[in-house]
Amino acid sequence: MITMGIDMGAKTIKVVILKDGKVAARSIVVAGFEVEKMAKEAIDQAMNEAGVAREDIEKVISTGAGEKQAPFYDETKSVVGCDSLGAAFLHPTVRCVIDVGAEEGRGMRCDETGKILDFEVNEKCAAGAGAFTEAMSRALEVKLEELGPLSLKATEDVPMNAQCTVFAESEVVTMVHNNVPKENMAKAVHDAMASRITSMVRKIGFEKDVVLVGGVAKNIGFVHSLNSDLGLEVIVPEEPEFVGALGAALAAAGWKGGA
Amino acid sequence: MTEKKELWRWTESRWTNPDIDWKGKLITSGVDVGSVSSQAVILADGELYAYSNMRTGSNSPDSAINAINWAMEETGLTLGDIAYTVGTGYGRVNVPFSQRAITEIACHARGGNHMYGPSVRTILDMGGQDCKAIHCDEKGKVTNFLMNDKCAAGTGRGMEVFADLLGVSINDVGDLSLDVDEEPPPVSSTCVVYAKTEATGLLREGWPTNKVLAAYCSAMAHRIITLLERIGVEKDFAITGGIAKNSGVVTRLEKEVGIPIMTTDYDTQIAGALGAALFAKALKEKGK
Repeated sequence: MITMGIDMGAKTIKVVILKDGKVAARSIVVAGFEVEKMAKEAIDQAMNEAGVAREDIEKVISTGAGEKQAPFYDETKSVVGCDSLGAAFLHPTVRCVIDVGAEEGRGMRCDETGKILDFEVNEKCAAGAGAFTEAMSRALEVKLEELGPLSLKATEDVPMNAQCTVFAESEVVTMVHNNVPKENMAKAVHDAMASRITSMVRKIGFEKDVVLVGGVAKNIGFVHSLNSDLGLEVIVPEEPEFVGALGAALAAAGWKGGA
Repeated sequence: MTEKKELWRWTESRWTNPDIDWKGKLITSGVDVGSVSSQAVILADGELYAYSNMRTGSNSPDSAINAINWAMEETGLTLGDIAYTVGTGYGRVNVPFSQRAITEIACHARGGNHMYGPSVRTILDMGGQDCKAIHCDEKGKVTNFLMNDKCAAGTGRGMEVFADLLGVSINDVGDLSLDVDEEPPPVSSTCVVYAKTEATGLLREGWPTNKVLAAYCSAMAHRIITLLERIGVEKDFAITGGIAKNSGVVTRLEKEVGIPIMTTDYDTQIAGALGAALFAKALKEKGK
């Protein structure tokens, strides 16, 4: 059985093709402003890689902020539903999933089948999403992918007073003027963001194992700050940004959890 | 070398009252070191004598000194001539030459009372990085207040970001936003970061700049209404701070609140420093 999951995220579009319970292909493209065109491109890439045609795919489920903008789909499914399914497939011991994407943050508690027990979403404020680290990397003039490794070299904890991304940008500029070492500022950025996410997750309560998904999970500095805030080690899957699309493809295949 | 035009940069200003001779008078000053702008106000026997209004630098004590020096520029005054100084604003504890620090809430109420007269009961201070709704009595004493200082939506900084994005001078944003045939729906994102993305999308759809500005000014007015609704608006109603100069936000706010907004010839950005200088006079006279 071949199914497809499309995750129409705020910044990137992810596609996963599942063949008999195994990932046959995945693709990712930047959404930009021509969302439908880019979605089509992502789908074509994945189909080429998997060597399947549109008619071979039995069911397509679309998820994400722009789920209705996917060029074709049979059903839509909530991001939290897809995330927990994807996470439970990869790590059956998961009880809590944290998803930090470009413009949204989500926390969910689930059982061993990936069934949601409670969840909390922030889609209003950039302070708890990837947009925050992007803005900070610009303010610090450090490449986004270097921000994480840089923060691990921090020698001192510097508090960040601002919550708001816009205010934090000004605060970072002030820190630059005051010659605060960049690595310490980078850590301050990740600590601030981890504290936003932690307070969101505390609202639903969390227990082990905690799986961290979404593009921001690739930021080692953020993971480090989050671990120390939560007081545990989160599990980061190999391709954390594909977990939502994987969950969508699993749902399309009728996967109910429990391997 | 070409200089990048900084559209968000509002006009800094200073003023001296040419009809006043300060010699022999009680000179007091108020310095408001805000997160975005700093003001210094000098009073001679309680009358407005000179002020300055400039951007805050990266360091509060320097910003305070720059502001007072600029205010004194044409007066012949030196710091030693000032009998009492009150610091206020975000950086109030960092005004090196001040005798006391008073919160900006109290100072805005006091300054607003002086600017708009004793009938003012609700003062909305729309600052660079925060927004406060203040209730006060006929003496300008605070009776209640609410503030947002966590989020850039509904603050001057948010407006600066938009001016920059749309390539419009911050001074023109208000009037341009009113130049629309029909009021567009407000920008739906609360967060300034997301509103920027939304606005870029609207521009790509072919919206003219003034229509996007209208949508943003309207969103900002909505945002402030939710703060005002929590505390309630009592007549008379006045606005202080930089956004009071933005006709696009003020007009829309007035329409939604349904209560006329008072006007003044004063520079609305000096309300906090003016209040501080008035407190300085009172404190000096009480010998405190």
